[in-house]
Amino acid sequence: MIVEITQYVSGLLLVAGAAFGLLASLGVLRLPDLYSRMHAASKAGIVGAGLIFVGIAVVSLDGAVILRSLIGILFLVLTTPVSAHLLARAAYLVGYQPCDLTVLNEMEDNTHTQP
Amino acid sequence: MSGAEFLNNATLVALGLLTLALFTTVIRIARGPTLPDRVLGLDLLTTIATGYIGVIAVRTGFMLYVDIAIALSLVAFLATVAFARYILVRGAKAREGSEKTEGSGQ
Repeated sequence: MIVEITQYVSGLLLVAGAAFGLLASLGVLRLPDLYSRMHAASKAGIVGAGLIFVGIAVVSLDGAVILRSLIGILFLVLTTPVSAHLLARAAYLVGYQPCDLTVLNEMEDNTHTQP
Repeated sequence: MSGAEFLNNATLVALGLLTLALFTTVIRIARGPTLPDRVLGLDLLTTIATGYIGVIAVRTGFMLYVDIAIALSLVAFLATVAFARYILVRGAKAREGSEKTEGSGQ
């Protein structure tokens, strides 16, 4: 009985995670410039992979696997924002400009004063 | 539909969606007007591949795949950090290039 329930829940979680991954890639394809694409890729991408890890944890019914998938989620949550921030900072400092639709750019004044 | 059947069909659907996502990201990497766009695409590609490995772990029942997924996300992080360093160091040349193609910024 409990195994059946975990299988249903895990199947739903896996499909939801895959759908979030597809949404992330659609965002990367459709959004206008690097910085908005980055917001789609890091947020929706992390939710996609995280939901799939939760699905694994639910279906496994094994302490070691649950712990490992929680470690995987923690690692994803720690590293993805850092790498997205580094990439955005490098791209902005080098001089890739946001698109014309950008409403607010708080770094505009000190763009080219920093090396 | 029993639980095992449902799980089997759900993993099939998830694999299909993730395959579509991989192809969509590859289109962006091939098109990507600038280098940071391509780096971002590669980062998303490895995140989706992590999810793919997770779904395959559930489908086959080998939970060892979870370790491989964690290792892959570690490699993706290091690769993105290295690429960000490279974009910073390459700097000056890229600025000339972007001004030539996109007009001079502001």
